[in-house]
Formats: sequence, structure tokens, C-alpha cells
Amino acid sequence: MAYTIVESCVNCWACEPLCPSAAIIAADPHFIIDAGKCTECEGDYAEPQCGSICPIEGAILNSLGEAINPPGSLTGIAPCRLAETKAEIQAR
Amino acid sequence: MEKKNPEYRGQATGGCVKSACGGSQAQLSHLPEEIHKKVHNHPCYSEEAHHYYARMHVAVAPACNIQCHYCNRKYDCSNESRPGVVSELLTPQQAVKKVLAVASRIPQMTVVGIAGPGDPLANPERTFATFREISKKAPDIKLCVSTNGLNLPEHVDELVKCNVDHVTITINCLDPDIGEKIYPWVFWKNRRVRGRKGAAILIRQQQKGLQMLVDKGILVKVNSVMIPGVNAHHLQEVSKVVKQKGAFLHNVMPLISESGHGTFYGVMGQRGPTARELRELQDACEGNMNMMRHCRQCRADAIGLLGEDRNAEFTMENIEAMDIDYDTAMTKRLEIQKSIEAGRKAGVKRSNGVSVSFASFQQNAAPRSVIMAVASSGKGVIDQHFGHAGKFLLYEVSDRGVRFAGYREVEQYCDGNETCGETEDRLQRTIRALHGCEVVLCSRIGIEPWTRLEEAGIRPDGEHAMEPVEEALIAVYQEMLKTGLPEKSVPAEQQALA
Repeated sequence: MAYTIVESCVNCWACEPLCPSAAIIAADPHFIIDAGKCTECEGDYAEPQCGSICPIEGAILNSLGEAINPPGSLTGIAPCRLAETKAEIQAR
Repeated sequence: MEKKNPEYRGQATGGCVKSACGGSQAQLSHLPEEIHKKVHNHPCYSEEAHHYYARMHVAVAPACNIQCHYCNRKYDCSNESRPGVVSELLTPQQAVKKVLAVASRIPQMTVVGIAGPGDPLANPERTFATFREISKKAPDIKLCVSTNGLNLPEHVDELVKCNVDHVTITINCLDPDIGEKIYPWVFWKNRRVRGRKGAAILIRQQQKGLQMLVDKGILVKVNSVMIPGVNAHHLQEVSKVVKQKGAFLHNVMPLISESGHGTFYGVMGQRGPTARELRELQDACEGNMNMMRHCRQCRADAIGLLGEDRNAEFTMENIEAMDIDYDTAMTKRLEIQKSIEAGRKAGVKRSNGVSVSFASFQQNAAPRSVIMAVASSGKGVIDQHFGHAGKFLLYEVSDRGVRFAGYREVEQYCDGNETCGETEDRLQRTIRALHGCEVVLCSRIGIEPWTRLEEAGIRPDGEHAMEPVEEALIAVYQEMLKTGLPEKSVPAEQQALA
């Protein structure tokens, strides 16, 4: 049971200081999670900390390989509403 | 993504109006003596001081605890100059070393700020370790910090302890319904809080933090990003409220939303305000409180006078090789700053001289203004070769004086869209960036660009090399008045300012 950071990570550092298990490593070309240390925050927090502050959709995966923050979850705009929202914004 | 309009990247406006350059003392004169003393030498707060004193930002704070739609967290980009963008992340130890090195080399550097690239108070250990060391080793340097405000209340006491005397809070709204259009989420008490609820928490924390700082006697400046159709109509109210609470300066900045920056707003096509919209809002807010019009929206690791970035001289590699004796440097700093103070009085006189020449314009109808571009490295003089300028400073010159109207950047790199690349050479890109300007002043210029500028209806001017920017602009404008301002269609002028 461990999370994974994938290449869309932008190395913004937000997750690193929050990890209760010190499992996040500031690596190159992107940050990585030490699978041996990651507990998915169980016992420490109700919600996994890295996944709760990561600003990039799809950059952190759970142990099933699913995105913790799927498309639209961080912009607040569901993919099906994207075109509509874009038109609204461009009319401003 | 292709934009509908040739974009005017208006990063700042206002600024060196003839009256303001010599007159910011008056602008700040309503402030209590104690505050006045604090801002006198602060380039970011005193419109006059920005000509004389320098500041630096140290990039020690990478993490951020909120998302703003105008920010892209992929900050490691040296090609851009805008808030939140830095090239070299520093540890607190490196930052202290850098500050001492810069202070020794640039004696007029009076202010060190932490502004990012994330939120300084989302990185409290790194931020406060840096402040503590600097205040110990270089007690003559003023400290300031810039924050989104979410974690501000819990850190006010520590800010006081570290002797931080200026705090900037970015406050874009007071209404969570507006806030949810700017902030999709905040990280609060170990959870991600989305939408209106998250925005409401942020707004509450900002207002609480502002009040606490004022109560402790720390100077607070408020920054707002003007976003048309989102908060533009609301910022006058923000201005009023933050003034009531005791903020001493309000800085309304235009949204920067180029698609190439990869921000949500940029990608979605949210436009920034036109220079006119920005100015009208700033004018409207001015009745409420002091407005800051000379902000250049500098990078989070900017070094030098506002609008000038000497960061490349002070890479960690260079700094490691420097031998710094700060005690000696501090003595020298004090001497030089004393001589600057003596010189400031003389400088004011010179500005007055310039304004007198305006009084001599006896025109029946006010002549129209002219948009002029200047190639300058930012030291206040026209010192750049046309072909070397990566960006141009824009000014609106009229019989009322000279007004800084923002930057135009020459796109240096392909941003991946089909309109850039081989089809357009650098000169074409430069001329496109200067669209709407009537004159471009530079130190030198080649024959080919000269010809092509003229073809594009822009008059090149290389006759004012190394002269102070504002004086040269006035001289050119007076010359134009003598020979008669060329007819210019209203749409063209609107485009220039749009």
C-alpha cells in the first residue's frame, strides 16, 4: 500500500513537508514516494496529505494506479463542462 | 491558443508621472511620522524611493497552500518575469549568504523580502530561519514578506519577533462568491477545501491577519489582481475596507494571463484588463486610499531597483566564490545611503524643473497623448540597443506628464502554437510587440530595423542615448508638438492602450 508520484509532478514542494512518514523525496526529474515508508497517511490523517495539497491533477496515483485527483477535481470544472466554461470565461 | 487581440502585457501602470516622481513625499505625507520613516527608503512602497533604493527577494519558500487561477505552480522557469516565478530555490543558509553578498556589492539594497515562489507562511520553518539569521547578521536591512494570508494569523507573533516591518497580503475579494471564481481550493487543517467554502476560509483568514498586523504596528500593503468580469467591479470595495482596517497602501495589479504561462486563466482565455480599465480602477480607488502605481510585478527572486533584475550576477556558484566581510560592508552601506539621501533632494529639484517646462505649454485644447516605447535595462536611462532589448517599457506621454504604462515583451521562445517559429523573425516579433506605439527610444539601432519600424508607422529615435527616460520622453513629445502631432485615428490609439 503506497502512493506513487508520476512525471506530471512539477516539483512544487507542497507535499514534501506534510508527509507524516517522511516518504517523499525531492528527486530529479520529479519528486518520488518511498514505497517502503508510505502509509497512505493511515492512522495519521483522515485524508492522504500529499494528495490533498498536490496542485496537479493526475500527478499522484493510489496503489491501484488511479489518480487521487482525477481530471476536473482541482479546477472544479468537470471535463464535460470544459467547453462551456471556457466560453463563459472568454466572454468576460 | 491564439488570442483575439495582439496582447498588451500591461504589467503595471502609472508610475513616473512628473508630479509623482518629485511628489511622492506629498503622496505619503498624510501617514503618521513613524510609518513615513519606515517607508521612506522602501523601493516598493515609496514611489520616490524606488529610483534610489534596491530590494531583493530570496526564493526560500517553494510550497503553497492554495491554488489561484492566475498562478501556475510549475515555477522553475527563468524565461519569465512575473510574481511567483524564480529560477533558483535556496535553502535558508544559502539565502542568508546571498543577502550578505548582495548587500556588500549593492549598498543601496535596503530591503529583503520573501515572496515565494510559493507562500512564505506555508513554509514557516524556512521563512523564519532565513529572517532570524538576516536580522542577526545584517540588522540594517529591512525585512518584508508577502503572503496569501491563509496562515497569517498563526504567524503574526513570529513576524513581530523577527522584526519584520512590512507585510503584503494579496486580497482579491471579500466575497466568497467571487473568491470561488479565483481560488478553486485551499489546504486548510490538513484537508483540501474546495469552492466557495475554501474561499470563505481564505477571506476570513486574510481579514483577521490584516487586523492583527495593524494592531501590532506592522505595516500592511494589500495587493489585488484585477480580473475583468470576476473581481474588477469589486476592488473599490476591497480598497475601502482594507483602508478602514489600517492597510497603508493598496496596489491594484493587472492580471497576467498569457496562454503560454499555463495558468488556468491563461489556458481558458480569461483576459487581463486593458491599460485604460486598470487606470480607471486605480483612479477610482485613489479616492479611498494611497495607490501604488510604480509596481513592476517583479519575479520572486528579483534583485535590484524595481524593473531591473541583477539576479544572474548572484547565482549560488558566484556567491560561494565571494569573500564577504559584512561589518566593513555595513559601514560602507551607511555612507553610501547617506550620500543618496543628500542627492535625493537635488533629484527632486530636477524633477520640478521638468514639470515647469510642462507649465509652459500654452495650448488651447489639450494635445493628445502619445505612446512611446523605451529600450532600457531599468536603471532609469535609455541604455539599450534596439536589437538587444528583450522588453520595452511603455509610457503614455501627454501635456500632463509621463505615465508608465507597462511592459511589452518580445517573445523569445516558441510557445508551441502554430503562429510562432520559423514564419516570423525576431525583428517581426519585436515590431509586433510594439504595435500601437508611435515612437521607440533606444541607445542605438541598425539600418534595417530603422527602415522596418518606419514602414510599420513607428518612429525610431536614437538621439537620447544614456539620457534619463522621463526627460527624454518629454523632449521627444515637445518636439512632436512643435512639428505638430500627426493625425491619429481613435481606434488606433485605443488599440495602443488596450
